[in-house]
Amino acid sequence: MKLLRLENITVSFTFPEGEVDVLDNVNFYLDEGEILALLGPSGSGKSTILRVIAGLIRPKIGKVIYKGQELKGINPGVSMVFQNFALFPWLTVLENVELGLKGMGLPPQVRKEKALKAIDLIGLDGFENAYPKELSGGMKQRVGFARALVMEPDILLLDEPFSALDVLTAENLRNDLIELWIEDKIPTKAIILVTHSIEEAIYLADRVLLLSKDPGRIIREIKVELPHWRDKKSKEFLELVDQTYGLLTGKPLEKIPFRERKPSLLPKVSVGSITGLIELVHDLNGTADLYKLGEDLLMDVEDLLPIVEASEILGLAEVQKGDFLLTEAGKKFAEADVLERKELFKELALEKVLPLKQILRVLQSKSNHKVPRTFFLDLLRKRMSPQDAEQQLDILIDWARYAEIFEYDDDRDELFLPEVAVPKD
Amino acid sequence: MARIAWSPLTFYRKFSLGDAILLIILIAFIYAISSLNFYYTRPEQTLSFDLSPSKLPLYSLFSLLRMFFAYCLSFLFTIVYGYTAAYNKRLEKILVPLLDILQSIPVLSFLPPVFMGVLSLFPNSRIGLEITSIILIFTGQAWNMVFSFYHSLISIPRELREAADITGLNKWQRFWHLELPFSAIGLLWNSMMSVAGGWFFLMACEMFTLMNQNFLLPGLGSYLSLASLRGDVAHILWGLGALITLIVLLDQLVWRPLSSWVQKFKVEFTEAEETSESTVLLWYRRSRILSFLGGRVLGPLSEKLDSYFRAREKKKVPETRSPFWVKLRNAIFLTLLIFLLFYGFWGLFSLFLKLPLSSWGRIFLSALATLARVASAVLIGLLWTLPVGVKIGTTPRLARILQPIVQIVASVPATALFPVVLLLLINLAGGLNLASILLMLLGTQWYLLFNIIAGATSIPKDLLEAASILRLKKWDLWRNLIFPGIFPYLVTGGITAMGGAFNASIVSEYIVYGGKVIKTVGLGALITEATSSGNNALLAAATVTMALMVVLINRIFWKRLFKLSEERYT
Repeated sequence: MKLLRLENITVSFTFPEGEVDVLDNVNFYLDEGEILALLGPSGSGKSTILRVIAGLIRPKIGKVIYKGQELKGINPGVSMVFQNFALFPWLTVLENVELGLKGMGLPPQVRKEKALKAIDLIGLDGFENAYPKELSGGMKQRVGFARALVMEPDILLLDEPFSALDVLTAENLRNDLIELWIEDKIPTKAIILVTHSIEEAIYLADRVLLLSKDPGRIIREIKVELPHWRDKKSKEFLELVDQTYGLLTGKPLEKIPFRERKPSLLPKVSVGSITGLIELVHDLNGTADLYKLGEDLLMDVEDLLPIVEASEILGLAEVQKGDFLLTEAGKKFAEADVLERKELFKELALEKVLPLKQILRVLQSKSNHKVPRTFFLDLLRKRMSPQDAEQQLDILIDWARYAEIFEYDDDRDELFLPEVAVPKD
Repeated sequence: MARIAWSPLTFYRKFSLGDAILLIILIAFIYAISSLNFYYTRPEQTLSFDLSPSKLPLYSLFSLLRMFFAYCLSFLFTIVYGYTAAYNKRLEKILVPLLDILQSIPVLSFLPPVFMGVLSLFPNSRIGLEITSIILIFTGQAWNMVFSFYHSLISIPRELREAADITGLNKWQRFWHLELPFSAIGLLWNSMMSVAGGWFFLMACEMFTLMNQNFLLPGLGSYLSLASLRGDVAHILWGLGALITLIVLLDQLVWRPLSSWVQKFKVEFTEAEETSESTVLLWYRRSRILSFLGGRVLGPLSEKLDSYFRAREKKKVPETRSPFWVKLRNAIFLTLLIFLLFYGFWGLFSLFLKLPLSSWGRIFLSALATLARVASAVLIGLLWTLPVGVKIGTTPRLARILQPIVQIVASVPATALFPVVLLLLINLAGGLNLASILLMLLGTQWYLLFNIIAGATSIPKDLLEAASILRLKKWDLWRNLIFPGIFPYLVTGGITAMGGAFNASIVSEYIVYGGKVIKTVGLGALITEATSSGNNALLAAATVTMALMVVLINRIFWKRLFKLSEERYT
């Protein structure tokens, strides 16, 4: 019997504008003794999966089966560590940890004993009476871990617990967790880790599930069979990371049933970041390994991927087997001066980004060359969710402003063509 | 840690100033309650009582006691109403707008229905009168507290809620560990405002005329009312002195320590630079009585309650109530509520029908007059608070010196000053017509000042420095930096000041002084007059007009400015 099983989980959130699917038919299991990582970009619903497992969110379709029983309400066998710690600011470290036991109805002395033990275990002794605001980020997350571990859960849910910490602190805490795990110092039977860092997933997990976004689906499972402690510099490790990177950037190494993402959505990226990346890669002779690039820039996939995607959409670069290659246009773009670059960008954008062309046409055809923002918003809404439409229009305006395709007046909420812009009152 | 052996001597030595204060407060309370009791046993009704200053401490205690009960009532109401509005999505849609309307109804308008209701429960007794007075004070206090609590509840961060859910806290524990602490700062701030509002209307709540009958309860407010009714300046000043003393004491012994203590509940994840300290809080912290109460009484008690509620919730776990029953219950509740609302509307409507057309014309004119007064009061207030507030807010040294002084000056209820101000103004041209503007101003200018100071303090230091390096002219500086910086605060201050001014119209447009009624044309005067003459139709119509006016102005004018400030200046 599997410790935990998710069957056909579909989750959707209701907004005033309508229902949006966040997770679509997610199936997986969790075995005793394993660390499972959920890896994916933001919007892939990975945190939502954790909340479904915890019983905080009810799925629209499907069920969670824990120890052979269908879950109803809060899962009694889990505890969770949160991205932003979720400590109660008015409680001391000890009281915060004790809070994990309050719901169980243990007598005060037992609570205190257990809490102190957990605090010791996670290396917080001496800070029992400090308030969270007096602690550094790393120490705060230790309190978060202590509060979760004191409940002695079967399954420990980790919701990007290291992403709010600086690099060294995160590394330190990761290693402490591994130590507790492999030396059996905690009665936890399994761990589920949500992360957007490929390296973190490969370093900690025995199995990695890759998620796509909008809506979240599981696209791939990767087994990590390296024993702990893993060497991040080893060939096997780097290969796994590289392979995962390729999978996530959407250019499969081999044939994978990879569902196409919605084609018309532009990533939320400023022109400046695109220019920066193109220039950087041009300096590296027009090609770069994506994973290495991310590492050099101290950027997560989460941050790098949208820029890569935008460069691809514009035809400035392409991704092959985890490598980022500049196209001819990309090279020209990198070598151009400021004005030429704008011109080139305008050309490419009008060619590749259909909505830009449409907006320009509409503006040209109006006699006063002015159209209210809401007009285009309504157009976009036919193809995407209202939030997406807002965001897409913002991106389009940003790109168009840079390329001097059209202008936007924020006060009047109007898009207009600059040549005929009437002077403001 | 070795425990110190118990002995009277160590107890004496450990006895802190905080204990002394607590004991004094306790004794005063017991004394006041027992005196109240004594006075209940003599139910004769006279419109006079001993105005000798030696009785003032007792009267102050009576008023304090009423205030205390009214506050407790407000607090309970706040929790229940706020909780329901925040967690019941359907009721929320009715309860929140309803609150908006309730808030805009002046205290006196609640008098007739409250009086009728209470009197039918306690006919011919002083207790009924006491309860009426307490409920009146309550109607001036509760609404903004509810708003604050409701708003806190719906803005609790998701992660904290989830953490509470996952650790399996039951509703009772969640309330004490999450919801109440998270709301504490807003609730305290609003409690202070509410109690200040209570002092403002104390005179109206302790002595009132209803259906041409005078009712009076011994207290500080009625002392001031009576003295001013008689035009007795010496006793007015005595009463005023007692009121100021009481308010300063309350500020120092209760509000200051509380607001210092409540900083603990601030949801901030880095240590703030400075927090206001209170010496009295330090005394309380060292208090033996409090630590005994906390460790030996409240601690075990809360454990008991925890396990009691846990057991109750456990019993409930197999949720037998099917969605059908839940739906039915909600539907019944909703129907009942809508029925009540309709019943209320119908009652109002039938009252309105009784009113002659000429009265409507009078109401209309009065409304315009009051609106003009309120607008002038707010504008005059802005005229002096804007430069002064910005000066104080941008000069830290000045703020340190002036802030505490301003706070004490502001906490003196303007109503108590009215008789004195009237004395000076009544013979000037325009009479009460203009004087009432000044009276409103006295009551509401502080909302503006405090908000402007807060806004000016929030303007980033480096922007001010940049402005002085750029040698911006005064006008440019105001237009480009100061005005945008304080705008959101200005709007908040404006809404509060305007609402306050409307409410204050009932005490500033109609005044009994030296045995004479002095009044002017205005909604407030109309409401007070209708109350005292028992003209319920007129009272209802005038009240609805005022509520409508306040709500409309809020919706049309302030909401827009508020939106603008959110979009443009944040």
